[in-house]
Amino acid sequence: MKMTAAEALVKCLKEQGVDVVFGYPGGNILPVYDAMCESSDIRHVLVRHEQGAVHAADGYARVTGRVGVCMATSGPGATNLVTGIANAYMDSIPMVVITGQVPTTMVGTDAFQEVDITGITIPITKHNYLVKDPRKVPLIVKQAFHIASTGRPGPVLIDLPKNVLQAEISFEETGDLKLLGYKPTYRGHKSQVNMASELIMQARRPLIYCGGGIHASNASDTLIRFAETLSAPVTCTLMGLGAIPGGHDLSLGMLGLHGAKYANLAVTECDVLIALGVRFDDRVAVDFSSFAPNAKVIHVDIDPAEIGKNVRVDIPIVGDVKMVMEAMLEKLEEKSCDEWLAQVAEWKKTYPLHYKAGAGLKPQAVIEAVRELTDGDAVIVTDVGQHQMWAAQYYKTKKPRTFISSGGLGTMGYGLPAAVGAKVGAPDREVVLITGDGSFQMCMQEFGTAVEQGLPVKVIILNNHSLGMVRQLQEFYCNRRYMAVNFQKNPDFVKFAGVYDALGLRISDAGQLHSVLEQALGHDGPVIVDCIIEKDENVYPMVLAGQPLSQPIEG
Amino acid sequence: MRHILAVLVENNPGVLTRVAGLFSRRGYNIDSLTVGRTENSRISRMTIVVSGDDQVLEQVTKQLHKLVDVIKINDITSDQYVDRELVLIKVGADPSVRAEIMQIVDIFRARIVDIGRKTLMIECTGDEGKINAVIESLMPFGIKELVRTGKVAMLRGHKFTSINDNREDD
Ligand SMILES: Cc1ncc(C[n+]2csc(CCOP(=O)(O)OP(=O)(O)O)c2C)c(N)n1
Repeated sequence: MKMTAAEALVKCLKEQGVDVVFGYPGGNILPVYDAMCESSDIRHVLVRHEQGAVHAADGYARVTGRVGVCMATSGPGATNLVTGIANAYMDSIPMVVITGQVPTTMVGTDAFQEVDITGITIPITKHNYLVKDPRKVPLIVKQAFHIASTGRPGPVLIDLPKNVLQAEISFEETGDLKLLGYKPTYRGHKSQVNMASELIMQARRPLIYCGGGIHASNASDTLIRFAETLSAPVTCTLMGLGAIPGGHDLSLGMLGLHGAKYANLAVTECDVLIALGVRFDDRVAVDFSSFAPNAKVIHVDIDPAEIGKNVRVDIPIVGDVKMVMEAMLEKLEEKSCDEWLAQVAEWKKTYPLHYKAGAGLKPQAVIEAVRELTDGDAVIVTDVGQHQMWAAQYYKTKKPRTFISSGGLGTMGYGLPAAVGAKVGAPDREVVLITGDGSFQMCMQEFGTAVEQGLPVKVIILNNHSLGMVRQLQEFYCNRRYMAVNFQKNPDFVKFAGVYDALGLRISDAGQLHSVLEQALGHDGPVIVDCIIEKDENVYPMVLAGQPLSQPIEG
Repeated sequence: MRHILAVLVENNPGVLTRVAGLFSRRGYNIDSLTVGRTENSRISRMTIVVSGDDQVLEQVTKQLHKLVDVIKINDITSDQYVDRELVLIKVGADPSVRAEIMQIVDIFRARIVDIGRKTLMIECTGDEGKINAVIESLMPFGIKELVRTGKVAMLRGHKFTSINDNREDD
């Protein structure tokens, strides 16, 4: 069949099951938009800035588990995607990014809107392509989706010069993937699985530490069965939240720098640490050498390079966490760890997450109210800062793929576009964005996208008129010498909602909290709720630099 | 400790950038890197000499494996292997010292490949030790120009680093 490479691209996207693309047009990607014009099967969400497109594709991918797709034109369009690609790479989110490029005859000449986007994104993509032969488009699209979604997922970029897109090709079946160097390992090594199972059976104080890998392999049900079989408590990284319901008896919530003290105590005291789909990040381990000092460590991950990277591991297992847990479950017998669970329960009672109720509106109370009103069932999207940590601590997410947050890169501005993508991916679910006044202003133009697309996302701004997390750092590490953390001028966020003909609400005292939130959640359309909170509220617990994980400041 | 890695890669544009970039980005030290086609035109072979302890080497290998274009990696350091390097040296050579230089060339089984009015160009192949020795021997005559290729290496005997033979897979 004869068609242009751009038409072939669109056809291939459909074959991959793509039903939505987040994007922004321009000169060099024109042929792709032209080809999409003919096709009503793919919804195009026009964002307001390319960063919005890539974060939206990311949010969509996290909620649905499918590959998110975004596109932009060459040059500035492509560079505007960079932060979002890095964000997806750090959190292992499956994504295919399509960029236009100047014609091959102009590549390398500093042509108008030329930028070497494949060169720029080598360190932040799982793989990328600059397509020079139009006949290769079908094969490359197939490879890109395969690479993005298998093994350890990640973003793949395809850069398409304009003349390549315009060239006519005869579309043929691509057949074989032809990837000689790409073969992820899914099944854990048998003897390693046996060794791990034996060690676990001997454990008296086992602890499961799990992360984003659980979501990537859709292993939440298996995880719960695994934990219940072993009577092992479970602590999650920020990326792992929702792997086990936050209210489950065995759940210890989040560990790490701002983790619950009882979770960090459990890490310190456990005798076998079962690490599942995690990478011992520095926000979690804080100090690598003193992490889980009394434990033998079993580490299961699909990426061999994560094993032994930051901390020593006693039993490494390369494989898909779900398959490895299933293999272990065949060996494991039900066991009880009554003493250990009693100890953990005691810690939970002695060191609960807590905050001082005061006259003003408490951010933690806002999160608790949202949790109550949505019954822990909403898709929570966050930005980056104090509000993110409060959401992680107090929302107690019930289900997998419902806590959407920028973990590895910590990208302010992620939240609103990610919420747009999440709502596109899960139109029947309540999508609530918890953001700060700083983060919100980084991508607030995307509120226009939400309104235009009829996406009723609920935006809750925990407004402290400052960059709270940085202010907190300056309080502890710079002797309260506050610098560049206070906004003298914020927009009126209620009016801001109004200029888009959306609903804006404000909560300035605790008494209004429930009624206003109820109104916001009940409203059939995008809403901004501006919550005026106390400026000097801090996130606790907090492990200070150089201190052991088990001895945080508790506030 | 220095390790010699034999790395088979798909012969795609940019593969050298990907590999070299990985080393600099993650702070690994490359002593030398050579690359050229193999018997299969789709596949190139790199010989990378890298220094680091076992943990660094493990990370280097694992990170290299993550590159989609990398097909196979063999750390051949602890096996029996042959390694060779080629050097071209342009050395100052007045008629008075030519005989002496030619003697040195003979001893190292090197070759004279060009003669100028005041210079000789010498080609020498061998392992690193030999190349270093020949350079040192010619130093007193004044080395005007020198270029060396970096190492290429291959396992001895029945062992292979090729995609058709998976027995040696790591
Ligand atoms: C793009 C980006 N720039 C800078 C930072 C550094 N940073 C981390 S948290 C933070 C403050 C966030 O402020 P806000 O969104 O208002 O949230 P709050 O901490 O007040 O809840 C800053 C500046 C970042 N994470 N991302």
